[in-house]
This record gives sequence, structure tokens and C-alpha cells, in this order.
Amino acid sequence: MGQVLVEDKEIVAPGQVIATGMDCIPGKGTYRDNEEIIASTLSIMTVDGNVFKGIPMNGRYVPQEGDRVIGRVKDILMSGWKIDLNSAYDAMLPLKNASFDYIERGSDLTKYFALEDYLSVKITGVTSQKLVDITAKGKGLRKLDEGRIIKVNPQKVPRLIGTRGSMISIIKKALDCNIFIGQNGYAWIRGEPEDEVKAIKAIRKIEREAHTAGLTERISEMLEA
Amino acid sequence: MTLRPDGRKPHETREITAEAGVIKQADGSAKFKIGNTEAVAAVYGPQELHPRHLQNPKKGILRCSYNMLPFSGDGSRVRPGFSRRSEEISHVTTKALEPVVDLTEYPNSVVDVFIELTQTDAGSRCAGICAASMALADAGITMKDMVPAISVGKLNDTLVIDLDGEEEHLDENETPDIPVAMIPRSEEITLLQLDGIVTQQELLDGMSLVKESLHEIADLQRKALKKQYEGVVQE
Amino acid sequence: MNNNLKDHLKKSLKQDVRVDGRKKHEHRDITIEKGAISTAEGSARLTAGDAEILAGVKAEVREPWPDTPDAGSLMVNVELLALSSPDFESGRPGIESIEPSRVIDRGFRESGALNLKNLCIKKGEAVYGLSIDIVPLNYDGNIYGLGGLAALAALQDTELPGLTENNTIDYDAEGPAFSLKRKPIPITVYKVGDLLLVDPTDEEENIADARLTITTLDDNKVCSLQKGGSAPLTDEDFEQMLNIAFNTREKLMEALDE
Repeated sequence: MGQVLVEDKEIVAPGQVIATGMDCIPGKGTYRDNEEIIASTLSIMTVDGNVFKGIPMNGRYVPQEGDRVIGRVKDILMSGWKIDLNSAYDAMLPLKNASFDYIERGSDLTKYFALEDYLSVKITGVTSQKLVDITAKGKGLRKLDEGRIIKVNPQKVPRLIGTRGSMISIIKKALDCNIFIGQNGYAWIRGEPEDEVKAIKAIRKIEREAHTAGLTERISEMLEA
Repeated sequence: MTLRPDGRKPHETREITAEAGVIKQADGSAKFKIGNTEAVAAVYGPQELHPRHLQNPKKGILRCSYNMLPFSGDGSRVRPGFSRRSEEISHVTTKALEPVVDLTEYPNSVVDVFIELTQTDAGSRCAGICAASMALADAGITMKDMVPAISVGKLNDTLVIDLDGEEEHLDENETPDIPVAMIPRSEEITLLQLDGIVTQQELLDGMSLVKESLHEIADLQRKALKKQYEGVVQE
Repeated sequence: MNNNLKDHLKKSLKQDVRVDGRKKHEHRDITIEKGAISTAEGSARLTAGDAEILAGVKAEVREPWPDTPDAGSLMVNVELLALSSPDFESGRPGIESIEPSRVIDRGFRESGALNLKNLCIKKGEAVYGLSIDIVPLNYDGNIYGLGGLAALAALQDTELPGLTENNTIDYDAEGPAFSLKRKPIPITVYKVGDLLLVDPTDEEENIADARLTITTLDDNKVCSLQKGGSAPLTDEDFEQMLNIAFNTREKLMEALDE
């Protein structure tokens, strides 16, 4: 029977021994070296039964099918728009996925999305070579006018949003702001100027303290002040 | 008469301070200071790689660059820009780190590591590798292990760890200087250079001696990476 | 830059709320640590918000310029490192680093802060040449202002090295006394739409339409100016910018002398 050498939710660094024993299973963020399970990323280690998984503290976004993200138009081509996803991988938005209107090839595409526009889109497919297909047709998907775009840590997005949106709702309600956080680490905020500043402060606090307990209360307190 | 000008014991390194998350706009970063030598490293990536012909469809590539800031030399100003010495150190630094990183999740991309020396007093390439290794971990890159690096040298027939600037120039013939980087778990060597004259046996003894220091440095690196997340709940 | 986003930020500015909550004429709090770099003859580390700038002074012995045989020299260089921001690239310096280098340089030169004749070792043969390198390690805007201030602090920290018999640098010997007669502080006021603000962050710099760098001295004196950006300045802009600059100078002088 093996030994577990870290506590649940402990932060571990590459090369650190997590556990020993052949019945331990190395999940994401770990690897096996003979009897030992070793951390391979700077991460929060969780144990689920005998599966060890590290949730990374940092890391650039890697596109995944099904993700809702915010993209930035970096180029306009005949076939559609080239979109920056805050990742090593750009996405192509083809004409047919841009709008419920029929867009004729050769027409003025800037009517829909111009250079430097930000839009919320959904990732519909990612190939092994990381070619990314996206769509802007769908509920809630649109060009993001007005407001501020900031970068957030993509690995903290789940914490920022919260279970079923619980965390982000607290901020939206308290400050009367529209906020959309893309899985890819772009976030859009719109509200009164002072409320936007407060919202961003709250977001930065969540990023910093994501790995701690009692965060929801602290954020609520901060927003009440 | 003490062997070392600053009174250190043969296997004693200078004082080390290590800190991660020091460059806000980078994807990962770290500062590694040993004695009066300080290296700052920042990682950008994985990101798009240009030109296209450098792209590897099987995995991302690692690209390190080492540079001394103009005021960091122990003598006159270091002219900014290209230098053959920096090119070589950049290259061996990349080779020192490549064996531990796993970039298979990022085909066709590049992970850039920029290392800048803010002040130097010997051991700058080792400090750079230490900082770079931490910065890569800080950026969330998948790595087998940390990569610590330090020099072992010879003063008056005694093997010593971590030569400082004064020691480097003590001998009228160059003080033998061996920078080493290692993967702690396997004790495999990823950086090895030598300037100076040593015997075969001294070399082997030096390699044994330096391992303990390298393990200690790796522990310091991991501690520093974690430290940035401790005590965050203050305000 | 996206015009919608720019307009939105301008709206906030009209309400005197900046991206980090400051007011338009509010400068970030500054800390200055002198002597931060052990290998420099004089150095400073300056922080302002998320910005962190290192400035280091190095001295060499060189031949004087032929037209000023009894004067030393001063050179200012701003290094924008790829390490500091995803927007900076390695390679040949572009106007982004050349312009602030020259503007900060002129600020010192025209202020008379340094008596270059005090740097003369042997007329016609040997003088001290000083280089100031300014490196925004953590870039967050306002290199013209923060860089100039860091350089000034580094110069205040400077001690000249001594000389050998052959008039080469001897770091172990004491050199001649070195001090600044004046304190030129470059303050850059930025124009966004119709509004003026001071000490922009990186985000704010990207939406600015114009800027004016005013190198201030005591007694309401100015020794150097540089206008940048595509938008023109009105007379009112200019007058206002001067006022803002001198008000800001007070705060910066305090940080310098702590």
C-alpha cells in the first residue's frame, strides 16, 4: 500500500514527490516514475480516490471544443475573419458562422466585424494540429461594444465564474455591471466607471486568492464596503 | 589563512534569494539572486511562432535568450545588442532546459524565455538557468523537474562550489570554473562546461561535490514558486 | 486599438475615473531605492503602481569630443526589453526607445544639472564619459516621466570611480566629487480626446492622442519640451499642461528626496 505525501489542495511544484505506490494513478499534472507519482506542473494537487490531479496555477489558454471565449479580430480575409484567442492558436470565423444573415463572399465584412473588434464566440472544433473553428451564431454570442476588455488568468476562470455562475453573479449584482468572462482569459466588463474599477479589483482579488477558502465571503464583504 | 576571500567554506554557496511572479505582463517569471549576481527571467508562451519554417508540428519549441544589462558588468558598460558570448550562453541555456520541458501539448508554437542579468559577479549563466527554470514552472509549463545550476571550481587544489568574481580572478592562470546544471530526480547533467585545467579525478570529484548544492537549490526554487501563494489573504 | 473601447475609456475619463481609479491629474505613488545595482557607479530602482524601472550609471574614461576638449560627456539610453512586455521585441532599437532616450538626455543636457567640465581629467586627452541606461523591467506606461525620474535618482546616487596613473578607471580608488546642480524632472502630460492626464498606465498610453514632455526645474523653469502623438495641442492645452507639470513636480521631488 502506498503513501500520500501531500495534503489535499496543497500547492506542488515540478519534481516534487506526491505519492508512492503502484496503486496510485497519475492524472493531469503528474507522471509516474517507478513507484513514485511526481508533480509536473506548479499546481494545486487534488486526490480523487487514488487518482492524483494537479490543477495548474498558470498557463496560457489552449482552445477546447465547447468553450465560450472572447476573440479579437486580427485580420479580415475573403473567407472570413482571423480571430486572436489569447492563445498560441488563432481561430477562423467563416462567413457562414458569423451571422444568421446570409453573407455574400466579396461583400464588406466590416459591417459585421471590423479589425480590433471583440466578440464572444463558441469553439465548435479543434483539430490535432490545433486548427480552431468557431461560431458567432448562437445565444449570447455577439460583438462586444463599449465596456472594457481585460486579461485574466485562464486557469482561474472557473473560480471567477463560480459554480453555475455563483461568484460572478455576486459581482454583477453588487455593482450593476455586465460581465462576461471568456474561458480563454479575456474578460469584458461594462458599467459605470467607478463600478468597473471596483469590479476589476474584485476580479484581481479572486485571481490572487483563488486557491484559498472563504473567498466568496471576502468578495461579498469587499463589494459591500 | 582562509581559503576563500569572503570566508566561505569550500562547499558553501553565496546567499541565495529566489522569487517568482516578478514580471507582471509575462506568462511566468522569476528572479534568482546569488551573492551579487542577479538574473531575472520571463516566459512568454506558448505563443505563435514565426517564421513558419521553424514550427514543429509535433511539439512546441523552447527558445531562451540570455542578455546582460548595460550596467550589469563588473567593469565597463556592456554595449547592448548582439554578442557572441550571449548567443552561446542563450544556446546552452536552451539545451540545459529542453530535457525537462514537455511541449507536446503545444504543436507549432514557441515558448520564449528571456533572461536578463541586472548585476553580475560570476556565475551569471547558472543564475540565468535557475531563474529560467523557475519562470517556466511559474508559466504553467509541464516539466519533469526543476533545473538548478551552479559552478564548481578549484582554488589552491581545493574544489569549491559557486565561484564569485574575486575568486575567478585569483589565479593568474584562470581559476578552473565548471558550470553545471542538473535534473535533480535523475541527477542527469544538462549543462556542463569547463574553463581551466583540472585532472580527470578532480573533474569526477567536482561533479560529486556539486550535486548536493544542486539539490539544495532545487528545493529553494520550489519553495520560492510556492511562496507567492502563501499569506495572500491579508487585506 | 478598438474605437469602441477607446470611447468607453474616454467616457470614464470625463467622469474623472481612470482605469485604476485615479483622477486625471493624479500621479501614482512612487518609491525609489537608490544604490539598487551593485555593479553600477550610481543606480536606482523606481516603482509606481505596477511599473518598475531600473536606472544605472556607468563611467568610462574616453577622449573628449574635439569641439569640447575640456568637457566630459553624458549619454542616455532607454532599453525596452522583450522580457518586460509582449509588445516589445528584441533587436534593433526603434523609435519607441530612441525618442525617450533622446528626450530624457536633452532634459539633463539643457538643464545644466551636470557641469560637464567637472568631468575633465586632462584637457584634450581624457575625460569621464557617463552612460545612463534606463530599463523598465516591469513596463506600465510613462517611460518619459518615470524613466527620467529614475535616471535622476541614479545620478544622485553616483560616485565617480578613481583613476590609475595612466588615467584608466580604478574602481578601488575614489574619484572626484560628483553632484548635480539642478534637478531636472521630465513630466509628461497626455491628451486623450479633450482631456489631459498625467502618468498613464500602458493601457492609457494606447488610447492617448498626444503627449507633451515638459522637463521642469525649480522656480517654475522649463529647460526642454517634446510634443509627441498625432493630435495637435491648443493654446489652452499647453497652458494647462504646464500647470499640471509643475503641480506634479512637487510630488515627485518628495519621492526623490526620501
